[in-house]
Amino acid sequence: MAAGAAAGRPRRGVLPGFGLAMGFTLTYLSVIVLIPISTLVWKSASLTWAQFWSTATGPRELAAYRLSFGAALAAAVVNLLFGLLLAWVLERYAFPGKRLVDVMVDLPFALPTAVAGISLASVYSKDGWLGRWLEPAGIHVAFTPLGVMVALTFVGLPFVVRTVQPVLHDLSPEIEEASATLGAGRGQTFLRVLLPELLPAALTGFVLALARALGEYGSVIFIAGNMPMRSEITPLLIMIKLEEYDYAGATAIALVFLTASFSLLLLINVLSWRRGAAAELPA
Amino acid sequence: MVPTVLAGPLGQPGPAGAGAAAAGALPPAARSRHLGESRAVRWLLIGVALAFLVLVLFVPLLAVFAKALAPGAAAFAAAVRDPDTLSAIRLTLVTAGIAVPVNVLFGLAAAWAVTHFRFAGKNLLITLIDLPFSVSPVISGVIFVLLCGARGVLGPFLAAHDVKIIFALPGLVLATMFITSPLVARELIPLMQAQGDEEEQAALTLGASGWRTFWHISLPKMRWGLLYGVVLCNARAMGEFGAVSVVSGHIRGVTTTMPLQVEILYNDYQFAAAFAVASLLALLALATLVVKSRIERRTL
Repeated sequence: MAAGAAAGRPRRGVLPGFGLAMGFTLTYLSVIVLIPISTLVWKSASLTWAQFWSTATGPRELAAYRLSFGAALAAAVVNLLFGLLLAWVLERYAFPGKRLVDVMVDLPFALPTAVAGISLASVYSKDGWLGRWLEPAGIHVAFTPLGVMVALTFVGLPFVVRTVQPVLHDLSPEIEEASATLGAGRGQTFLRVLLPELLPAALTGFVLALARALGEYGSVIFIAGNMPMRSEITPLLIMIKLEEYDYAGATAIALVFLTASFSLLLLINVLSWRRGAAAELPA
Repeated sequence: MVPTVLAGPLGQPGPAGAGAAAAGALPPAARSRHLGESRAVRWLLIGVALAFLVLVLFVPLLAVFAKALAPGAAAFAAAVRDPDTLSAIRLTLVTAGIAVPVNVLFGLAAAWAVTHFRFAGKNLLITLIDLPFSVSPVISGVIFVLLCGARGVLGPFLAAHDVKIIFALPGLVLATMFITSPLVARELIPLMQAQGDEEEQAALTLGASGWRTFWHISLPKMRWGLLYGVVLCNARAMGEFGAVSVVSGHIRGVTTTMPLQVEILYNDYQFAAAFAVASLLALLALATLVVKSRIERRTL
């Protein structure tokens, strides 16, 4: 509806303060968020399409994308499986220390990434607490893509747990009881009755964990090894380009990466929209 | 709700069945025995889950403190009192001290505008508020370098007026404000939407001005959500690494925050000192978790 004359404009609300609140909000958003982000688009517009493509898809860049996406995907899958398990165990069972565990699941949210980074790097190094058992067994974690995956599993841990827990909590026991009265075993009940209920929330958590893992920097650079073409993640490559004053290269790679993250966010919104729509169907 | 009174396989009554029909969710102990997994399966699942958590979560956390304290308390104190570390601590506190209050103001303003008024483009505004969440930290820093760096869009302008943003405190503060801007708003918007505005409207009818209403009615209503948002915002602001790493230039003693100082010490092979500073940050994280769980318990 076009903003017509004041007399014909519908009232926005009865409370005062709209002008002040909106004004501050929009100013802040523009200065801190919108203008900086638009710089990215502006700067990349100075490249021709061909230049953009060649900068963003060189062999080193492709290797970095492969590592970033591959490790993030693997870590998100691990977090999907163990997140479901953790949510189940936290909601359904009682055991000593359960409250502590529940609180600690949020640790990756609260812990600075650099702290996690040096700790993981040192624990999995050759002489580290875990590394000293794994290295002789031939499992090299430090300075390999596997290390990247371990670090990304750490940062993504809370996502699936926290999206699945409320759904599990609100699940009424009747469907399980009905399944039992119809003769299903416990495993069957879980696979065919409960899992479909939990899957949308679990997938939302999966995509959230994936999005977080893609952009992760601090937890990864200490354990990664950072060798070009082998163990170099995309954010590090962007930083290196910036330090070399290759603004065009940094911009191009950043844009490609941003597009991927935004697409993921779109996916989350579509998934939760569908879940919302499904929830409105008659039970 | 169909009350189902199921008898257990050994003849025990199943009162939990009828109770569950009303509650919808039961504490684990009250569920009917026959409806759960066998004890063996249950403890196996708990064991695997805990083993995973210990390996991925607890071992790294404990390692921070163990390695910080390994060379002894005196060495720990010396590491913390090192001049570069002290200035890193100071810089972290200053950055958070600016970024968090400003983001609280932003969060309050945005939540007030979004929840109490109707206007076109509300969903777009909410998406824009969430935007920094979906941007990788390094890219967040890159954006500010592209804008305010020596070769950036505003570079020549800033150089002409001798204003340093990148590689100086303003750059750190800007990048931190960008990263943490959604945190308070995201906390307050659903809270205020759930709380509604009847009390505020009532206050208006009784003659209160906008500010009085806000100060005496709205703020107390949302104080736990606000505290929650502040705590999260602070933890993120103090712990931010990627974005700050890009804009800071790593100038020791001038533009290194605590996370950056951790990186510098670690790359210099001063492991004990690095873990000493890291342990301070880890303590902050644990305090954040404790406050978070206290607030959650209060509001449930």
